[in-house]
Amino acid sequence: MSEDDERQQSPPSDLEFVSNKARNCNATGSGSGHPEFQSTYPDQVLENVLENMLHFLTSRRDRNAASLVCKSWYRVEALTRSELFIGNCYAVSPGRATARFTRVKALHLKGKPRFADFNLMPPDWGAHFNPWALAMAKAYPWLEKVHLKRMSVTDDDLATLAELFLGFKELVLVCCDGFGTSGLAIFVSKCRQLKVLDLIESEVSDDETDWISCFPEGESNLESLIFDCVECHINFEALERLVARSPSLKKLKLNRYVSIGQLYRLMVRAPQLTHLGTGSFSPSDIAGQGDQEPDYVAAFAACRSLVCLSGFREIIPDYLPAIYPVCANLTSLNFSYANITAEQLKPIISKCHKLQTFWVLDSICDEGLQAVAATCKDLRELRVFPVDAREDSDGPVSEVGLQAISEGCRKLQSILYFCQRMTNAAVIAMSKNCPDLVVFRLCIMGRHRADPVTGEPMDDGFGAIVMNCKKLTRLAVSGLLTDKAFDYIGRHGKLVRTLSVAFAGDSDMALKYVLEGCPQLQKLEIRDSPFGDAALRSGLHHYYNMRFLWMSSCRLTRHGCQEIARAMPRLVVEVIRSADEEEMDDVVGTLYMYRSLEGPRTDAPKFVTIL
Amino acid sequence: MSSENGKRLLETDAGGLNFEATELTLGLPGEPRVTSDGGAKLGSKRGISETVDLKLGDNNPEVKLGHSLQEAAKSPVSKTQVVGWPPVRGFAKRGKKSCKYVKVAVDGAPYLRKVDLEMYNSYQQLLTSLEDMFSCFTIRNYLNEKKIDQVNGIEYMPTYEDKDGDWMLVGDVPWQMFVESCKRLRLMKSSEAVGLGLKTAPKYSSTN
Repeated sequence: MSEDDERQQSPPSDLEFVSNKARNCNATGSGSGHPEFQSTYPDQVLENVLENMLHFLTSRRDRNAASLVCKSWYRVEALTRSELFIGNCYAVSPGRATARFTRVKALHLKGKPRFADFNLMPPDWGAHFNPWALAMAKAYPWLEKVHLKRMSVTDDDLATLAELFLGFKELVLVCCDGFGTSGLAIFVSKCRQLKVLDLIESEVSDDETDWISCFPEGESNLESLIFDCVECHINFEALERLVARSPSLKKLKLNRYVSIGQLYRLMVRAPQLTHLGTGSFSPSDIAGQGDQEPDYVAAFAACRSLVCLSGFREIIPDYLPAIYPVCANLTSLNFSYANITAEQLKPIISKCHKLQTFWVLDSICDEGLQAVAATCKDLRELRVFPVDAREDSDGPVSEVGLQAISEGCRKLQSILYFCQRMTNAAVIAMSKNCPDLVVFRLCIMGRHRADPVTGEPMDDGFGAIVMNCKKLTRLAVSGLLTDKAFDYIGRHGKLVRTLSVAFAGDSDMALKYVLEGCPQLQKLEIRDSPFGDAALRSGLHHYYNMRFLWMSSCRLTRHGCQEIARAMPRLVVEVIRSADEEEMDDVVGTLYMYRSLEGPRTDAPKFVTIL
Repeated sequence: MSSENGKRLLETDAGGLNFEATELTLGLPGEPRVTSDGGAKLGSKRGISETVDLKLGDNNPEVKLGHSLQEAAKSPVSKTQVVGWPPVRGFAKRGKKSCKYVKVAVDGAPYLRKVDLEMYNSYQQLLTSLEDMFSCFTIRNYLNEKKIDQVNGIEYMPTYEDKDGDWMLVGDVPWQMFVESCKRLRLMKSSEAVGLGLKTAPKYSSTN
């Protein structure tokens, strides 16, 4: 459930920018190629000390900085880095990564850009885990942990992980696809040391394989089992037995095929849980009307360590009072699948004094948000999702709710808010009331919608956010926006790393303001905005510092993108065609470009042209 | 209206379903269709990005209807749905009590997939999504002449099994009716779909 928490990479970890200084530093080495052990005694001592010291350095930003000090530090840092993070799987090849870092125990890889989540990218674009799996198998047989986001993973890859890595402990797949229950079955059956299996918002195909039954018999080391996104029936009896033999289990998130009655049975076996995803939170159809209902309240009361609650996939609100006993301890509550009203929310939220993270549907209306503001004084992260995600649906939440939250939740750091109407005044209020904001994502669902009270564009609201929220690193804009809004962002958004733009701006100037003004910009995703080749050119000085730039349905031409590709050899410039576009069209449908050490990738599908 | 053989393909099922509001009609090209609640259907304005077209029951390939008739019935002057907007992850349909999951089988593929029909508002969205899932196949949307991709060679016809156990061609009936009656989907190889008479674009006969 955590936000994409990017820490500043300065310099980038996915590129080797070894400075000249570093190359010449080592007195004995030649400065290139393989390291040679011709150091004299003092250098040896230094390296040993360094190695011990660097083991304590965990932050990748710090490690990147350390690796640039000199050749010696570079080498030792490479030997001691155990957690490898690669923000774009195409920025560096598996071979290059394994050659530099030889003792990696954990791999964190990201593939497709975020806009792929919204059907803006054709399937089979790439981001295959397979070449990485094979490379890791050779280079890091002791690998314990793999964390993937937006990658394509096959059943074979899952088999590889389980079979070739004997001590494999932790698999986390976020927004991944390409595999099914058969792959899961093989994986869990062979992975005897498994502690963590987290499937988060991933698409798992139903091969009608009973994977839960495939966990090996005997006591399991499982600490976390998250499968709420898996849209298949599971063998409940097998799950119950599994939970019963997993004494270390702390996190369990069930899918919607688990009824509340079944949830009860699991909870009584696992009162030590800290994170619970409740599944459907409604009775199965089979449950008779006259049956004695279990004591759900008691089950929740027994879970004294519960701090994170989610699920409620098909909630029957009558059962909500069962969670009262845990509310006071909750720091995270996810109601984003629960279509409940303000009245149903109030008795719950009024008890959640410690709540820091809250995800909810807009069905609670402004009134519900006012209730949140009244109680949750410690709130850090709020996400309000739409029940009806269409442009012209009724909007149950508005500027009223946002204003209330800003007044009640002063410690707010991160907000994602879907609505149909919003005023500049409310956004300005939030910018002043919540100075700790790091993430501000406002989605006014109607395109080009102005401030309904003043008729003005939303420029001033977003302007206030970048001006007043000095820690802001992530921003998503919406509503009617002129170039002025982007002028504000360029002038004041000095720490902004991720910017999402849709249906906004008047001219190239808007993009220029941003590219020239925001030195920390890493990820820029733009759709349906009138920015052309001239604007693209204005970012030449900065593109090597960015992870990627995405521009779809803008005003780019092929020759404009070609110019960029020619000017910047370490940039991969992909033009992605949709089904009805011709290869030689000059108009570019989608541009996706990213820095890379490897040049054009070899696995690009037909609809991708690399310039 | 009813044909002799078991496969009723080109006529609508009048059995107990009130589909007045969503009835397919054969308007003349360009003629606005007035819905039962008085709204006028428009060939609506689009945003910069292309919207997804589905030509429903229209003999003239030039006229593109901006969105499905079902949406017209709901809100007379609704905007066209733009792909990927609002940016909410597609398969996480939130707060929906009813999920209409049906299995999808593809001839020649070794596994089944499932789709939630409630997630889509039109045939075009469904077929696009199916193409995404089974991307190595080209699903022939017989309603849209442009989509035929000869290079891939194999075409698939989307068919479904309805409540009565009959196999029908996807796209015949109004969308909502299809969602209610569909039990499972099967993408059948075009070569095998001969019996369903689907080789050429259907001619909506005067019996409709």
